Parts: sequence; C-alpha cells; structure tokens
Amino acid sequence: MQHGKYRFIVGFLALPLALYALFVVWPFIQSIYYSFTDWTGLSPDFKMVGFDNYKRMLDDEIFWKSLQHSLLFALVLPVVTLSLALFFAFMINVGGRRRKGGPVITGVRGSGFYKIVYFFPQVLSIAIVALLFAFAYNPDSGAINSLLRGLGLDSLQPLWLGDPNLALWCVMAVLVWSQVGFFVVLFSAGMASIPADLYEAALLDGASRFTTFFRITLPLLWDTVQSGWVYMGILALGAESFAVVQIMTTGPGGPDYSTTVMVLYVYQKAFRDGQAAYATTIGVALLLVTLAFAAVVMRLGRRERLEF
Amino acid sequence: MGSTSAARHGGVGRRDLIKRSAALGLISVPAMSLLSACASGGGDGQDKAKAGKKTAKNPLGVNDTAQMEFVLFDGGFGKEYAEDATKIYQKNFPKAKVKFAATQKIQSTLQPRFNQGNPPDLIDNSGAEQMDMGVLVGKNQLADLTPLLDAPSYDDPQKKVRDTLRPGIVEMGQFDGDPVWILYYAYTVYGVWYSQKALESLDATYPETWDQMLALCEKAKKKGMAGWTYAGKYPYYLPFSLYPMIGKVGGRQVLDAIDNLEPNAWKHPAVKACLEAYYELYQKGYILKGTPGLDHIQSQTAWAKGKALFIPNGSWVENESANVIPVDFDLAVSAPSGLDGSDKMPFGTIWASGGEPFIVPAKAANAAGGMEQLRIMLSEASSKNFTAKVKSLTAYNGGTDGIDLTPGLKSGVAALDKAGSNVLNPRLQDWYVQLQKEKIGVAGLGEMMAGRATPAETIKKIQGFADEAAKDTSIKHYKHQ
Repeated sequence: MQHGKYRFIVGFLALPLALYALFVVWPFIQSIYYSFTDWTGLSPDFKMVGFDNYKRMLDDEIFWKSLQHSLLFALVLPVVTLSLALFFAFMINVGGRRRKGGPVITGVRGSGFYKIVYFFPQVLSIAIVALLFAFAYNPDSGAINSLLRGLGLDSLQPLWLGDPNLALWCVMAVLVWSQVGFFVVLFSAGMASIPADLYEAALLDGASRFTTFFRITLPLLWDTVQSGWVYMGILALGAESFAVVQIMTTGPGGPDYSTTVMVLYVYQKAFRDGQAAYATTIGVALLLVTLAFAAVVMRLGRRERLEF
Repeated sequence: MGSTSAARHGGVGRRDLIKRSAALGLISVPAMSLLSACASGGGDGQDKAKAGKKTAKNPLGVNDTAQMEFVLFDGGFGKEYAEDATKIYQKNFPKAKVKFAATQKIQSTLQPRFNQGNPPDLIDNSGAEQMDMGVLVGKNQLADLTPLLDAPSYDDPQKKVRDTLRPGIVEMGQFDGDPVWILYYAYTVYGVWYSQKALESLDATYPETWDQMLALCEKAKKKGMAGWTYAGKYPYYLPFSLYPMIGKVGGRQVLDAIDNLEPNAWKHPAVKACLEAYYELYQKGYILKGTPGLDHIQSQTAWAKGKALFIPNGSWVENESANVIPVDFDLAVSAPSGLDGSDKMPFGTIWASGGEPFIVPAKAANAAGGMEQLRIMLSEASSKNFTAKVKSLTAYNGGTDGIDLTPGLKSGVAALDKAGSNVLNPRLQDWYVQLQKEKIGVAGLGEMMAGRATPAETIKKIQGFADEAAKDTSIKHYKHQ
C-alpha cells in the first residue's frame, strides 16, 4: 500500500499546488523582493537599496507601536472570543438542567433561539458592524452614552474611541462581538459529535458541570479549538482588524497611535504615502509574526489524539 | 489506507496532510492579500498622438483626431460638471473620441496604469484614494502645465489662462521651481463656520479678538450652548482656522517656516500664543462635550443642530451637511479671530486654496488634449456651471455674477473680498500628508484639544515630528519659493 502513495497524492494535488504557487507563493517572493527596493508604487522605475527599508523599520516608532498592538490583538482576541464561544456553546448544548421526560444531555432553556442570535453578527459584513459601533460609541449622541445617561450616570460619559486608553479595547470588543457567534456554531457542531454516553457516565459518577466541561468537553473538542485559535489569530492580524481600525478609529490609527495595527500601517504606507517598498517590508514583518503565531499555536496545541 | 494518524505507519496521514495544507493556506491569507495588491510591471509607455496644428481656436495644438481620455474623481462634486465640459470638447473636436470615466477608486484604477506607462490624458486625482502628488512629481510622472497657463484663455484671447485664475492657484501647482504640475480646479475657503441666526440670537457679531471670542463662548455656555466643536476623530480639521490665526498673529513667514520644516518653526511665540488660546477653549469648557469622539459628520451634525456655535471647516461643509443644516440656519464663514490689536495681519486674513487637483500625466498619449479639456473647464461658462451645480467656487477668478449663490457661498465670496490679498496658503497638508494628518493633527492637536497634553508639551511634540520629517530621506522635501 505504501508504494506509490506519494505519486498518488501528488497527482491529486498538482493543480491546487500550481494555483497555490502562482497566487500565494509567487506574490510572497515578489513582495520580499520589493522590500529591498525603493519602489514608490506610483511609477515603474525603482532601484535596489539593500537592507535600508529594514533598518528604517527597526527605528520606526510607529512600526513598533503597531507591532505591539497586533501582538496584543493576536493574544487577547482568540483567548476572549474562544473562551466566550466555548462557554456559550457548552451552555447551549450540554449545560442545561435535566428536564422531565427530556434527554439526559441538553442545553439551557431556549438554546435554539440563542444559537441563532449568536450567529446574527456573522451575517453582517465587518464594515457594517464597524460603522454601527462607530455610531454606538459616539460620545455625544451614541447608544452607549445615551444608555448611561438614561441610567442616571451623567458623570460617566467616556469618550470611547476618542480616549487613547479605551480606544483599542473598544475595537477589540467589536471584533469579539462580531466573531463569537461563528465559533459558537463551530463548537456546537463539535460538541454534537461527542457521544452522549460519555456525559451520562460522568453524570452517574456525580461530576459537576464544571468538571464535565474540563474533563470531557474540552479535551474532545481540542482539535476544533486549535483550528479556531489559528483562524481567530489570523483574523486578528489580518483583514478584519484592518477594517475595524480603518473605519472606526480616530485618524485612523489613533488617538495618539493607540489603535494603529500592522495591516493598517502597511496600507497607509503603500496607498497614502506612496512608499510601496517600505510597505512590503512591514508586510514581510507581518508575515513573520503570522508564521510565528501559527507555529506557537501548533506546538502548544500538540496533544495525543483521542479516538472515539 | 484509512490511516488516521501518522504514528501508525511511517507515511503522512491523510488527516495530517489536509490539516497542514489548510494551516499553510490560512497563514498566508492576511499577509498576501495585502502584498499582492500591488505589483509593478514594465512597459515603455504608449504611442503618443501626433501634435496638431496650432491655431487661434486651438492654441495648444491638439490633434483633432486623437482620443482624449479623462478620469474624474466622483466625489462630493459629482461628475456632471465634467461631463458637460467633455461635451464642449467633443463639439470643438468632432473627429476626436472622448473617453470619460468617473470613479471613487482613483488610486486602484490608475496606479497600475501609471506603472505600465499608459495613463489617461487628464485625471482629477482626489478623494480618499488620491495618489501621492509628491511621489508622482518626484518620479517625473506628470506633465508641466505651463503651456496651458501661457495659452490664451478660452473667453478672451488677449488674456493668458494664468491671469484668469484666483490667487494661490498657480503656486499651489508648483513643487520645486517653475513647472506647474497640478491645476486645482475647485477653490476652497477655510475658516470658522457658524450660523448667523444663532449669533444674532446671542446679540453678537463674529468676534475679532480672542477676548471677545471667550466672552461670546461664555455667553453661549450660559444659554446651554457650547462655543466650539470640531471633527474630534480627524483633528486635522482644526488647522483650517488655527493656521490662518497663526499667520494673522505672527505674519506669513511663520507659516512659511512651518511649511519649510525649519528648525524651531513651531517654537515661534505666535504659535505658542495661538495654541494656548485654543487650549483655553478646552480649559474653560467651551468645547462641546464628547467632541474628541466625534467624526466630521457627527460634529457637523451636532453643530447644525445648534449644540455648538463654531466649527473649523472648509466650504464643502455646506454641501456635505446640506441635509442636516436647517433652512433658516443662515450659514456663514469668517476669517479666524486674532489675539488682539498687535497682530501682524489685519482681521479678515483667511486661508483659501485650491481643491480637486487635476493632473496631466507625462506619459499620456494625448497630453495636449488633456490640457485643452482643462482650458475649456477654466472658461467662464464652465466655471459658472460648476458653481451653480455644486455650490463651490472654481479656480477661475469670477464666475459668480448672475447666479444665485447659497448663503455659505455668498459669505465665502464676501470673506474673500474682505481678505483681498491677505490670503494664506499653508502647504503642509499637500506636501507632507502623514505629518499634517497623523502627527500634527491626531497625535498633536487632537491630544491637546482633548485636554491630554498642554500647549507646551504639544509644541515640543510637534516640533519633534517636524524635525523627524525634515531628516527623513524617504520623503521629498519642498520649500516656499
């Protein structure tokens, strides 16, 4: 059986791999090449400048700030989003009290409804979500401050996106809100494939919901969580974080550089400042960060696979 | 087969393989979608159209059979005015093919064509996707518009085009030396915008000195109205009234020094006095609460609703906020208040300059055609058409007689009359976009007006930014002539 196996696999993969090479690997190589030039992006002539762009990047304060924020995004967003999603999914599928005549393992009352509600934000495009929240965060007449006023908290009227200490968290909250539903559905699907007898056995042994979650649900769901982690991290480093920062924040990227992220900086350098080569240099740095992130997740997540 | 794990037999398991390739694919998504967006190509440019015969009717020698391609930014001014102008071109050159397109995506549509060397003949390089002018000039991508400026004007053959333009237009198109690379078609008046009606309800006229300004704000505050608001999320709107105030207080050369990125330009006493004056608005609570979290539309809406008296803005505000400005608002603009009687320039000193930058690419096939189209647009009839349609002035000096001006426009014309030759034209926002918007605007003035930095700290910070920009070899530097 082993003989010719690779040829067999390669036969199937040739076309996708060729497409992959053309549309993914080749642009990689191209942009790494451009990062060693002084290309403006607005004219076809440029020359090689060696490591100048990289030297400049290491001295660039805004680059370091954006890197810091991107890393924070990649750490905080997956943790918060996945924890929330796991919690919700567990409550929807497993966490309910046993009702008379019903199945042993069930979700909380109205779980079907919750499942749909959680998924709602996923239907909206990220640009619309960002706009909606930009309105909600409006300190003068936005929904949040109006609500605070309605509750009699007239003295508590934060500037939200206008406050450098809050702005980044406001942006993250939006991303969590918009993404959590997808993972609730993903984890729900994962939980549905866990055999009910495992839970029943645990219940017979007198395990609490807490124990059930950490001893049964989480270990059996580990693969899904890991993929979710990578996916969420990429989202936090990539297009989604760009969209919310670009649409919602002061500047964009502010106030006082408090929300600038690497993707935004790439965009600004390439398309606002006409420094495409420097932008690709930051892009290469972003690539390294993304690779490192994926490597860490894969390594930390490596576990013995359970067969069931 | 049926292997689920690599551990069982030495090869690569099916699931692992799928998982690994999926992971790889995912990793590459964010980085690459950005990087691959731009790739430069070669190309030696396109064939140029042969020059036509120069006549009195055709002073630029346009080839009357060559195609003329015109790409317009489809923004606040719409596209009708330009379409009307292309119809005149078509009428004058019936054998030529006129290709007209309007888009908001200037940069994504045209950047590849610049890279390939086949750009259109005339471009309105404006909007959020504006291509960096400094880079275009620096890389010799633009045609010198001097032949157009020296050609006889469309209406009066005795007068050159350059003599029919408003003050500052020609200089704004220059970057270093004589060539004129850009022709700004719209003419924008910057300043402090307010409702004449609201001012009258406070029994006040527009304050000429800062003491009067503070007194008026105090009066408004007692009536539950804030003195000022501004686009808090885009604090680079503040300079629209702050820069001309600096110019008024300290003289033109203070602003020139700032534009030239001279050392310690920001430490001039006039700058300090003006920043302190603005900071006082914050300290005394005259700024509408929550302003630092408002974007331009939100702040304009709050102002139009009468929550604040004044807003620093440009003449486009009348069109942009037309749907929220009440009919009896009586929109007006004023040159900024000064400090007191010892200011270097008189009250009325105002910032006005060109908007909607039109360019003719150096590699255009029919550059003469592009310039001829501009010459048509700079005629009195086309200018009037523009003003009547979009409520904005043009670079053509005049062209307001016989049309009904809206309140804001009328007040803008009056402010220009009052200013006379005292028109200032700070250049930071077109020479050094990042410095002006992100550094001076958001990180400097924005922080100060939100009360998170004092004027002294702000000046130090901004001077640091300016010094960095002066030293930065990756950007092109310019000087006032």
